[in-house]
Amino acid sequence: MNAPPAADPVPAPALALHGVRYRWPGAAADAIDLNELVLAPGDTVFLRGPSGCGKSTLLSLAAGVLLPQAGRVTLLGTDWAALRPAARDRLRADHLGYIFQQFNLLPYLSVLDNVRLPLRFSPRRAARAPAGSAEQLLAATGLPRRLWTAPAGGLSVGQQQRVAAARALIGAPEVVIADEPTSALDEALREAFMALLLERCAAAGAALLFVSHDARLAARFGRVVDLPAINRAAGVAAEA
Amino acid sequence: MTPLLSLAARSAWNRRFVLALVVAAIALSTLLLLGLERLRQDLRANFQQAVSGTDLIVGARTGPVQLLLYSVFRLGNATNNIRMASVDAIARHRAVAWVVPLSLGDSHRGFPVLGTGTGYFEHFRHGEKQALRLAQGRAFAGTPAGLYEVVLGAEVARRLGYGLGARLVLSHGDGALAANDHADKPFTVVGILAPTGTPVDRTLHVDLPAIEALHLDWAAGAPLPGQAVSAAAAAAMDLTPRRVTAALVGLKSRAAVFSVQREVAAFRDEPLLAILPGVALDELWDVVGLGERGLQLMGGLVAVVSLAGLVAVVLAGLNERRRELAILRAVGAGPRQVLALLALEGTLVTAAGVALGALATAALVAGLGPWVQAQYGLTLRLLPPGSAEWRLLGAVLAGGVLASLLPGWRAYRLSLADGLSPRT
Repeated sequence: MNAPPAADPVPAPALALHGVRYRWPGAAADAIDLNELVLAPGDTVFLRGPSGCGKSTLLSLAAGVLLPQAGRVTLLGTDWAALRPAARDRLRADHLGYIFQQFNLLPYLSVLDNVRLPLRFSPRRAARAPAGSAEQLLAATGLPRRLWTAPAGGLSVGQQQRVAAARALIGAPEVVIADEPTSALDEALREAFMALLLERCAAAGAALLFVSHDARLAARFGRVVDLPAINRAAGVAAEA
Repeated sequence: MTPLLSLAARSAWNRRFVLALVVAAIALSTLLLLGLERLRQDLRANFQQAVSGTDLIVGARTGPVQLLLYSVFRLGNATNNIRMASVDAIARHRAVAWVVPLSLGDSHRGFPVLGTGTGYFEHFRHGEKQALRLAQGRAFAGTPAGLYEVVLGAEVARRLGYGLGARLVLSHGDGALAANDHADKPFTVVGILAPTGTPVDRTLHVDLPAIEALHLDWAAGAPLPGQAVSAAAAAAMDLTPRRVTAALVGLKSRAAVFSVQREVAAFRDEPLLAILPGVALDELWDVVGLGERGLQLMGGLVAVVSLAGLVAVVLAGLNERRRELAILRAVGAGPRQVLALLALEGTLVTAAGVALGALATAALVAGLGPWVQAQYGLTLRLLPPGSAEWRLLGAVLAGGVLASLLPGWRAYRLSLADGLSPRT
């Protein structure tokens, strides 16, 4: 179900960065300068790096929110830079699930409405999410059913992160990006969250790019990439 | 747009306490604008209804507006009286159906006294050609025996608490000096008119000869010492009025109105002026209109200030919402949708304020209408919004939409700059 565009005989990578350089406007040095990072469909990659090594920048580039000054970033073979802004938003809505470190949910929507939020912006994902998908995903998170219709603002941090995982996966996007999603969780919650996320990604066949500074989580992933090792940007290597 | 609309509504509801203040401010300015418009229209209608069914008003030569003011609205004083002989001459004109003389100048506790004939009750019309109606009693007799009878306007009776049979004393001029009371010739209330919403409500009506009787022993605005004439003696004397203030003229055919007007203006014995009440009312309204436009300008300024408040509140709250905007961006909302979200929010808030203001106006008109009618003699009508009101409502709404593009634009810039990691 996660087949790449049909015309391509060789499956395009889910996500690929080639020769990417990015410098924030007004900054003296590059934030990102890396040669290559490729996720095949269904890959699970643990991107390890301490704070301040350009993780958030890298993820914004991967999600097509930022465009690199040099190099190519492609999602399912499509170059972000080749698209007009509205088309980038559409591509992101259709194929990408995103989990923040925390504060993932709109506090004024119910838990269920938060999970269904991507479906409002992507008809494709809405078509790929049959009725009851949101409930199914929530059931998998183990969140008590009585909380499903409650405003998301009242949930604990751990509960919110689980709902965020359900939202990232609804409508079966091909790529899920998670930005330190466990840093606000204690150990028991962290284990439960990781198990849920990996299991759901595997079930949906989604490639997962997971960023964290917590090396203990690395063992669960198919591949581990050390960001400071691949990011040649000045001032970052020293910190690694 | 629909998913955004429900998001905008839910997001706004989440911040309802702050936004409620903005809604209240917009509602107040809408209330002010609509209320002023309602007041303006009804004031105008009330003005126009003050006299109808009268083809011409004849008085001493002065400005048309001034003649209208003192003869119909009892405001100000006549510069000059006209001879009764002139009035009689006009009454004999072949095109004239009826003439009602008016004599003004006396008062009772601040209310004007009108000396006229019984024809007044028969011919005077207000509003949509409505005749005067007596709520209680009867018109004054118009005979020497009923000389000291008075018919009260509705407001006079209510404010001063007079019923049928009450006795009252008229004052010379505006009644500022107690020495000017016509204390020797008290009047008896024989009738009370139904409310009309016109200056008639504030008027005391007496027979024209009674005015003469009151002033038999007066000269140059003061009682003549040692020449007092008793009430009974006066009634027996010849009280044919020699001068009156003005006269209402009804024609047999309205087609003759301009020729009669010209003939009156060219009257040989004394300088006279004849006005068409409708035309003079329009002229008067033009004078009043200047102040009215000032009020509208104020209402407009209040609306602008409240919309500025809307922009300030939404802009101030934007920094706390950068996280919300990043979430929306992450699930696929474009910067343009973020702009639309903010613009929609402003539109919703403005629409709520405008709707609330319109409802409040209707409630206020319905609730305060009777009180305004009683206190000011102004009839406020509860009507569905007309074209003028829709234009005002539309202007406020359009202003709100335009104003909320500003925070929308700022959110657009922020979401472009922030990407997925708001730097708050």
